[in-house]
Amino acid sequence: MSDFQPVLSARLGKKNSCALATYVADGGYASWKKVLAGSKTGEWTPAKVTDVVKASGLRGRGGAGFPTGMKWTFVPPKEKRGAKPVYLLCNADESEPGTFKDRILIEKDPHQILEGMMLASFALDVKHAYIYIRGEMVHGAEILNAAIDEAYAAGLLGKNVLGSGMDLDLTVHRGAGAYICGEETALIESLEGKRGHPRIKPPFPAVSGVWNAPTVVNNVETLCCVKHILDRGADWFKGIGRNERNTGPKLYCVSGHVEKPGVYEAPMGIPFKDLLAMCGGMKGGRKLKAVIPGGSSAPMLTAAEIIDVPLDFDGVAAAKSMLGSAAIIVMDETTDMPKAVTNIAKFYAHESCGQCTPCREGTPWLHKMLKRIVAGQGKKADVEMLLQVAGQMGNGMTICVFADAAIAPVLSAIPKFREEFEAYVTKSASPGFDQPAAAGITSKVAERTAEGMHS
Amino acid sequence: MSGGANTPVETLPGQPPVGEHGALSCGKELSFSPGAEARFARLLTRYPTKQAALLPTLWIAQEEWGWISREAVDYVATRLGLSSAFVWGVVTFYTMYNRAPVGRHLIQVCTSISCHLNGAEEVFHACRKKLGDLKPGQTSADGKFTVVEVECLAQCDKAPAVMVNGDDHARITLENLDAFLSELK
Repeated sequence: MSDFQPVLSARLGKKNSCALATYVADGGYASWKKVLAGSKTGEWTPAKVTDVVKASGLRGRGGAGFPTGMKWTFVPPKEKRGAKPVYLLCNADESEPGTFKDRILIEKDPHQILEGMMLASFALDVKHAYIYIRGEMVHGAEILNAAIDEAYAAGLLGKNVLGSGMDLDLTVHRGAGAYICGEETALIESLEGKRGHPRIKPPFPAVSGVWNAPTVVNNVETLCCVKHILDRGADWFKGIGRNERNTGPKLYCVSGHVEKPGVYEAPMGIPFKDLLAMCGGMKGGRKLKAVIPGGSSAPMLTAAEIIDVPLDFDGVAAAKSMLGSAAIIVMDETTDMPKAVTNIAKFYAHESCGQCTPCREGTPWLHKMLKRIVAGQGKKADVEMLLQVAGQMGNGMTICVFADAAIAPVLSAIPKFREEFEAYVTKSASPGFDQPAAAGITSKVAERTAEGMHS
Repeated sequence: MSGGANTPVETLPGQPPVGEHGALSCGKELSFSPGAEARFARLLTRYPTKQAALLPTLWIAQEEWGWISREAVDYVATRLGLSSAFVWGVVTFYTMYNRAPVGRHLIQVCTSISCHLNGAEEVFHACRKKLGDLKPGQTSADGKFTVVEVECLAQCDKAPAVMVNGDDHARITLENLDAFLSELK
């Protein structure tokens, strides 16, 4: 592991890293040129590009960890889809609390993303691809647009790209502030000019996505990986990482109570304690209390549970949480857990799209109850009631997994730090109208938490 | 809900009156400047449907007029062949379309988890207090500042993160808040 050289972040610290000239000087667009030239001789076909990506074992970096090559094969073949075009959407709506890896790729190495999109477009027969970037990344959108303009001017995009006969357009589409638009069907709705309401699946986007056409949605980091896989081959990519189900280099976003928060690149599956060492350890030498390993939607793990966990899809899943977007939020011994959970509950109450009742009603209720508890006005039965309410929101009660994400912090933190929540309600001066506790429901709900998040 | 769809439009000091469909009125008829018109025309070439241009068209409108008034909703709706009600529904879903005039500096303080762990709520509170005891979303009497609380800005390594208009600011703490605010002219 010590000989690992950064791949995705290799160019980030360079001067003028966003410019086409420096990107090309570093070997950029070699794969795009190679594939286009090879398409004329038959050396490269869309199926071959897909096969290389499949063989690499690349799994989506947006959160779900779905195998990218397999996702591509779900697009119906030409004979079945008729005249319908295929669309590629790059998901740059990075909004999961704790996640900031795509932002640095966008702001420091945009051509890397564009080349990944070009190669994916070739594999999928895409003529127009879109980058859906969150509205808050104002400069990120400007940087991408400047990079796209350069690529058009250099003939890397547009009509008959580099004389290959292939046409490809690329457009940046800015969101306007809505976490849910990171969910791929909500993103599609938003791109169509609507409120970002997730769609019922099936049909899956690969069959019927944006404008009812077959659509593939891939995360920024995923598409960057595609470029490097085409540069150096599937075997090279597979050679990095803990095992063949968890391959490639990975960007980890470390925030919270560490000495040097930031984005760190490491082989997929780096143990948590090694990553923590890379970040200079705990802030002020304080003790580790808990970690949210995959963005605020991931169940919390205690210090003992996380310390030796290999940070990859299967490693974190085995610890009953999820790698998600690899947003590692580190909390030290001074953290007030009920307050932290209340903060996360506020986020979900604010961001629920409002489509499904359990989520629309449940998320504000969780927040209100938690607020009452940390304000010292909670009742004894409130802790149990939180679990009860949360237990009725997830596991297929709603169209998308937002509700499952919203309940994960509650369902994981309460059993693990129960005494902290109870300390608040015991201190509370509220006379309370205690309801009988819902016996038995707690443990069942807690067991289901992690499972629900991975489906 | 996203975009504060549950939040009634509050009439804060200095705000124009509420017009039809809950949107505030700017009191005049609007149309795009030549520059905006050119951008709008280019937009329409990038999508297979006119409706898909709605979010970017609203961005142009906001850059033109600073906020999305009732008249702006009607204008955008007409240009894209959509109903005003539909456009207003979209405007209210997203948080970044201003539904009232905002100050010259729109100070957006992130209070999501990583910023929370680094004291963001205290910063948000102190910021409002220093600028004249502003309520969340309220604009200062001189029209210079509006302070709002926002969700994760994807700058968690630079917590507490603050965005002013489109510019990112890192590690705004109680200690450097005065210096930070004094730089906003």
